[in-house]
Amino acid sequence: MESCNCIEPQWPHDDLLMKYQYISDFFIALAYFSIPLELIYFVKKSAVFPYRWVLVQFGAFIVLCGATHLINLWTFRIHTKTVEVVMTTAKVLTAAVSCATALMLVHIIPDLLSVKTRELFLKKKAADLDREMGLIRTQEETGRHVRMLTHEIRSTLDRHTILKTTLVELGRTLALEECALWMPTRTGLELQLAYTLRQQNPVGFTVPIQHPVINQVFSSNHAVQISPNCPVARIRPISTKYMPGEVVAVRVPLLHLSNFQINDWPELSTKRYALMVLMLPSDSARQWHVHELELVEVVADQVAVALSHAAILEESMRAQQQLLEQNVALDLARREAETAIRARNDFLAVMNHEMRTPMHAIIALSSLLQETELIPEQRLMVEAILKSSNLLATLINDVLDLSRLEDGSLKLDNGVFNLHTMFREVLNLIKPIASIKKLLITTNLATDVPEFAVGDEKRLMQVLLNVIGNAVKFTKEGSVSVTALVAKAESLRDARTPDFIPLATDDHFYLRVQVKDSGPGINPQDIPKLFTKFAQPQTPANRNSGGSGLGLAICKRFVNLMEGNIWIESEGLGKGCTAIFVVKLGSPERSNGAMVPFASKPLVNHIQSSFGGLKVLIMDENGVSRTVTKGLLMHVGCDVLTVASSEECLLAVSREYRVVFLDLSMPGFDGFEVAVQIRKRFSKRHERPLIVALTGSADRLTRENCVRVGMDGCVLKPISVDKMRSVLSELLERRTVFEPL
Amino acid sequence: MTNPTNDTTIITTNIFKLLKENLLTKRMSNRVTELQKEFVYYTSSLFDQGILNDQFNHLQLLQDESNPEFLAEIVNLFFQDTQKLLDDLTKNLEQENVDFLMLDKTLHHIKGSSSSIGAVGVQNACVAFVTCSNEKNIEGCWRCLEEARNAYNVVRSKLDTLLKIEQEIVAAGGSIPKPSVEPDEE
Repeated sequence: MESCNCIEPQWPHDDLLMKYQYISDFFIALAYFSIPLELIYFVKKSAVFPYRWVLVQFGAFIVLCGATHLINLWTFRIHTKTVEVVMTTAKVLTAAVSCATALMLVHIIPDLLSVKTRELFLKKKAADLDREMGLIRTQEETGRHVRMLTHEIRSTLDRHTILKTTLVELGRTLALEECALWMPTRTGLELQLAYTLRQQNPVGFTVPIQHPVINQVFSSNHAVQISPNCPVARIRPISTKYMPGEVVAVRVPLLHLSNFQINDWPELSTKRYALMVLMLPSDSARQWHVHELELVEVVADQVAVALSHAAILEESMRAQQQLLEQNVALDLARREAETAIRARNDFLAVMNHEMRTPMHAIIALSSLLQETELIPEQRLMVEAILKSSNLLATLINDVLDLSRLEDGSLKLDNGVFNLHTMFREVLNLIKPIASIKKLLITTNLATDVPEFAVGDEKRLMQVLLNVIGNAVKFTKEGSVSVTALVAKAESLRDARTPDFIPLATDDHFYLRVQVKDSGPGINPQDIPKLFTKFAQPQTPANRNSGGSGLGLAICKRFVNLMEGNIWIESEGLGKGCTAIFVVKLGSPERSNGAMVPFASKPLVNHIQSSFGGLKVLIMDENGVSRTVTKGLLMHVGCDVLTVASSEECLLAVSREYRVVFLDLSMPGFDGFEVAVQIRKRFSKRHERPLIVALTGSADRLTRENCVRVGMDGCVLKPISVDKMRSVLSELLERRTVFEPL
Repeated sequence: MTNPTNDTTIITTNIFKLLKENLLTKRMSNRVTELQKEFVYYTSSLFDQGILNDQFNHLQLLQDESNPEFLAEIVNLFFQDTQKLLDDLTKNLEQENVDFLMLDKTLHHIKGSSSSIGAVGVQNACVAFVTCSNEKNIEGCWRCLEEARNAYNVVRSKLDTLLKIEQEIVAAGGSIPKPSVEPDEE
């Protein structure tokens, strides 16, 4: 035997088992070598792997294991000691590494496991989030539904549409079986079924409002779940096989306009509510979710707001309608009033002339009659006629004046006059009557009353006469005193007329006249009535005095026109009476002597009385009319040429004629054409004669035509002497005269 | 020293003379006054009867020293003019084919003349006539012509009388009373 350091395996190497072992070891080694390779490959692939050095260790362990198995392959035959040594080294190393790895794994594996738990945890969290997302989405959808519902509800202002839409949309959003609205009746004691979703014709169910369930719902602003057996919920015909769905009721506040007080808004002082009942489908086992209840509450609020808006709109439409009707009525009334006024004016205009003419005739003829020889009885009769007719004439004038005063069409005829003289005249008129009644008249004109003043003398005299006349008329015995002075500001502040505070300036002054009598006086209660038309306090004293009751009314209006005031004071019956008036008069200009006339007529400052041979041309086809106009113009001092046709007119017209009168009365005659021709012939304005049309018709068309062809004037026939004078004066001054229609 | 009786005589004679003159003038002026009164009365009656209107007053005013015969002149002119025009109207209506255009023109002429003089009756008759003429109502036209003629005759006779009174006043040395005309309304 050779002594080799070989080691012999225990089993013969040809043995089958040995062969299998050999092959297995080979594959194991292969596997062991390839595993770390795979590990490395895949770890390299992954981006994150925190345990690299673990991997290295593990790799080393595996590689060594592999190496061990690989070296084992050599031990199946007779192998040298070196192989055995290598084998042993390998095994020792492997053992060391494996132990180290085992030890290390003790630390690593809990970490790895915890990763796993974390992963599980995260997965759970993700599932939770998913669920929550689902919830939020649902809520968002609900919110969208609410918004849409609100939009639908608020997009209309019609009450019924609002309510109908609410029910429909709610039904759709929440998939309800039935949805109903109960409104309180007018008496407020019952709830009446007003609208339902499914049933088209709600029967007029009523339910008394004093039900504990209803009270419960009304007392809170949340949606309350109620029992399906509650009377308000029993709308559908009940069938026993159905398991009724859950029912929820919510109150809808009904607001009236009067409830809109800003401070009260959150509390809602009104107690009127409607009830909205919502039923889930039966047999669905659905429950009312919180978010659905919230949706319902929100909708109920929106409905309340929308209804109140609709109510406001209805109210405002009604008010507008009322206003329109009132407007129409007012318009009608105004038109009627205008018609009435126009009718009255027409009437007055006619009556003015018609009444005055016969009056004048009567007065004139009676006064003429008076001058003839009469027997005494006849004379008495004539005097009576004269007196009565004068009275009547005054009355007519008064009434006509008053109506003109009321129209505001009366204008004061201002001029310079002598105040002192006026007073004297008035007193001279009154003195005879006073002396007959044996009344003492005293006058006192203050020294600062100027001699001349500017104002309407005639009307001032009328006022004065009226006031003094009244004093004399109603006083049976005693005295009448007249005082006149210039009013100072302080003395004018009368408690009776606190709004009347006159201020005197350099241009004018206020004349205050006071007439005090010792007559029967006036009851203070009657004083306000004194100045009203036609109203006379009926005392025995004045029943026989006559008078129309118009005098003081007219005086008041005149005084007001003169920017003054008139009033009466009396301490009572039997204590006499004082009439006081204040009027504004102008101060005449300081320039000595020159009394400047107040030109109230804006037309001309003075009218010529003779026109000094002014050359005029008259064109008129009518012989009589032509002669009349010629006579008229000759009377005012013109040098007149007459022509009878347009040809003659055009032949005769020349620069020396200042005015051409064209008579438009004949039909088929074109005075306008003549005017155009004349204008063409004389291009320069100052050379051209002034062209005036004479026409008998006062219509607008004629006037417009005159203006259109360029005429300088249009005058209405018949023309009186004065009118012709003023027409010519105005024409010469202003080169145009168009009468107001 | 003057002889008192002489003075007395002279004074007395003078007084008597004055009285005689006064009496004469008074008688004359009485006559004139009467005539004038008659004139005024007559004129007013014409106004009241609706034969004349205010326009006639204006015409009276136009008569003055420079134009003493104005009124008579105008009145006569009116008579001649209107007489001829009325005859023209009659001839026109007697035709087979009535010339309405001419009729209208003539009517307007008469209307113008009568309104210038203030003959209200004639003027109104013409207005009615114009309506009938526009309607081409020949029957009506004849009736209106009758009326116009009547109105014209009336006013003619009245104005004739008036002119006579006027002439008498002038002959008696008086002046024709001027009517008071209403001042133009504002």
